Amino acid sequence: MAPRKSAASSSRRTGATNSTKSRSAKTAKPAIGAQVAEFDREQELEVYREMLLIRRFEEKAGQLYGMGFIGGFCHLYIGQEAVVTGIQLAMKDGDQLITGYRDHGHMLAAGMSPRGVMAELTGRQAGYSRGKGGSMHMFSREKNFYGGHGIVGAQVPLGTGVAFANRYRDNGNVSLAFFGDGAANQGQVYESFNMAELWQLPVIFVVENNRYAMGTSVSRASAQTDFSQRGVSFNIPGHKVDGMDVRAVKAAALSALDYARSGKGPVILEMMTYRYRGHSMSDPAKYRTKDEVQKMRSEHDPIEQVKVRLLEKGWASEEELKAIDKEVRDIVADSAEFAQTTPEPDPSELYTDIVL
Amino acid sequence: MPIDILMPALSPTMEEGTLSKWLKKEGDSVASGDVIAEIETDKATMEVEAVDEGTVGKLMVPEGSEGVPVNAVIAVLLNDGETVADIGTETPAATPAATAAEPVAAAVEPAAPVAAAPAAPSVPSDPDIPAGTEMVPTTVREALRDGMAEEMRADGDVFIMGEEVAEYQGAYKITQGLLQEFGARRVVDTPITEHGFAGVGVGAAMAGLKPIVEFMTFNFAMQAMDQIINSAAKTHYMSGGQMTAPIVFRGPNGAAARVAAQHSQCYASWFSHVPGLKVVMPYTAADAKGLLKAAIRDPNPVIFLENEIIYGHTFDVPKMDDFVLPIGKARIHRTGNDVTIVSFGIGMTYAEKAADELAGMGIEAEVIDLRTIRPMDLPTVIESVKKTGRLVTVEEGFPQSSVGTEIATRVMQQAFDYLDAPVLTVAGKDVPMPYAANLEKLALPNVAEVVDAVKAVTYTA
Repeated sequence: MAPRKSAASSSRRTGATNSTKSRSAKTAKPAIGAQVAEFDREQELEVYREMLLIRRFEEKAGQLYGMGFIGGFCHLYIGQEAVVTGIQLAMKDGDQLITGYRDHGHMLAAGMSPRGVMAELTGRQAGYSRGKGGSMHMFSREKNFYGGHGIVGAQVPLGTGVAFANRYRDNGNVSLAFFGDGAANQGQVYESFNMAELWQLPVIFVVENNRYAMGTSVSRASAQTDFSQRGVSFNIPGHKVDGMDVRAVKAAALSALDYARSGKGPVILEMMTYRYRGHSMSDPAKYRTKDEVQKMRSEHDPIEQVKVRLLEKGWASEEELKAIDKEVRDIVADSAEFAQTTPEPDPSELYTDIVL
Repeated sequence: MPIDILMPALSPTMEEGTLSKWLKKEGDSVASGDVIAEIETDKATMEVEAVDEGTVGKLMVPEGSEGVPVNAVIAVLLNDGETVADIGTETPAATPAATAAEPVAAAVEPAAPVAAAPAAPSVPSDPDIPAGTEMVPTTVREALRDGMAEEMRADGDVFIMGEEVAEYQGAYKITQGLLQEFGARRVVDTPITEHGFAGVGVGAAMAGLKPIVEFMTFNFAMQAMDQIINSAAKTHYMSGGQMTAPIVFRGPNGAAARVAAQHSQCYASWFSHVPGLKVVMPYTAADAKGLLKAAIRDPNPVIFLENEIIYGHTFDVPKMDDFVLPIGKARIHRTGNDVTIVSFGIGMTYAEKAADELAGMGIEAEVIDLRTIRPMDLPTVIESVKKTGRLVTVEEGFPQSSVGTEIATRVMQQAFDYLDAPVLTVAGKDVPMPYAANLEKLALPNVAEVVDAVKAVTYTA
């Protein structure tokens, strides 16, 4: 995986403005969320490869679940790859990530090893949590990944607390707390908004709006369906972003990170995205039509968009892209093989890591 | 008839106060609502307003008087046409109409002025305190504050957050002076948002800081239960040992006085149920200080259960540069051979008094202060039971799935052959805490119940 970097882009801005403000002036830069980062060939290939890794990894995880190698709950990130990939490109070393239970993509994007993640999914000693956390509970201090949390919304105060520590230490880092449109209705999210703005904490609240909280569509669960505006009563600027376009995600994240890093407080980014699979492996997804899913896949797929650009610009041939696909499939196949053959935790692990 | 102005109770647990200043002098006329005096409690200085009007006939308590019991007559107000000569020698019984301020609580029997906070029994055999150490009488309130301040001086990563901890100086004045010494960066007032700030604290702990999160009372920690249990307690295990949450959740726990069901619950057994937590519940000031310092240094989440009624109690605290006690170790509070009484926190007040009464009957009780509920120092209990053969537990919490029943189970499993009688558990009654003074008293355990339990297990009833 590519290391984190502070990649500059031509559309990088020094400060954020509320996208709800007037954009009538022609000379004004487009608001956060409306920008699209310009990618060169290398960057397009990088995001193509990274998103493809997440997708192939998740497809394999789904397969292993069906075969009984992965148990419990398993929430796949397929369709949402551009969100964490684009944000990761905008982060600097030291910035932290925290998310809910749909976390495999975040871990791969953070640079955690596919073997370690897959081995945790199969409940093996070599997994990131030594087989004691599973799909929803993985962490990496080394990669500044703070989990992996199974309780809907709980990661939002935690991520705010990580930002509190950043400000306490004045270390210039920003914490990014990811949550879904479902979690966005939890009270603790708003308690966090209030404290984050009150104390001007360096935190980005990333709402991954994939339109369904398990089986309940946004409009059936939310009085205010524009999640970018959920911070209005706390004076937190919010921006709606095309979460299927990795370039738009990166541009918005860069601006938001600059804003938070400069001490101006939190920002909300609502990423409009879509999950292709059910909520979890056991969800038949009967609450939406196959046509709806098919339409998203054929018209807005985050990976396909990059592929089309690469081909149209002549930056890559079909053969080159196939080679990338093969390379990614090999990594995933290796992680799956590893995860099925590496041993389960020793029974003695039952009583370790409870208290120090 | 002259009106008696009585010493008001200014908080649910106030038993006495200092009449720091009179704002009216004899002969002054007083209208309803006039501020007549300033009274200093252990928590705050409060103004006292007159309820009735008239002329101040006599100030019964001079300025600066300390330890004035609630409901003592502090002044007498004369009605039109009355003179000082009308002030009778007989003191009329206190009636609500005769009080200067609405009595907020009557936890104390007006007829029986409660002695100042009971002096602690000496703890001569405490192995954690070197012989010859100078002992300083200290309230539990001061001991807690001193413990936090020492740790904050020693470690810049330690900070405290909670409602009213900074500018207000603590809802129960536990954080008095900390803002002044450490500043707003490290003494953080939060909004009233328990679930949120508990999570913020856990997140900060995961990121390497050492937060002390104060709950105004643990009743409000119910709002934060998910973050305490699911985020703080389980993360170390779920992360395969990678993530820790070195955090202390502290605040008053259990019944105060007359604050009824939603503000009067002991959570010792709740928290003690959860692997990944340590649960400390001190009784004495020395233990409060030494264990709070240990809790702050502990790399795990620690629940530190205090008690509002005990805050004002004075005990000897050793004068040592760095007095830290081990978490998970009980203390033998009093030695005896006839029966073992195990208690913790405010339960110790019943256990101590019962032991005194029992001694008068020729029954020598060994009283063990558990101090830590999790991990539980069962070996100390079992060693005592091997000697006495009898065990009674005392706590204020609800009786089902109580700390006492846990002790009884484990002693039955591990020391059955040493028991000469069934283990009896004295606990709060199986009811939500009632408001009425008489019912509240009935709901809490009492000394007689402890004495009766001991008589039963020693077959001396």
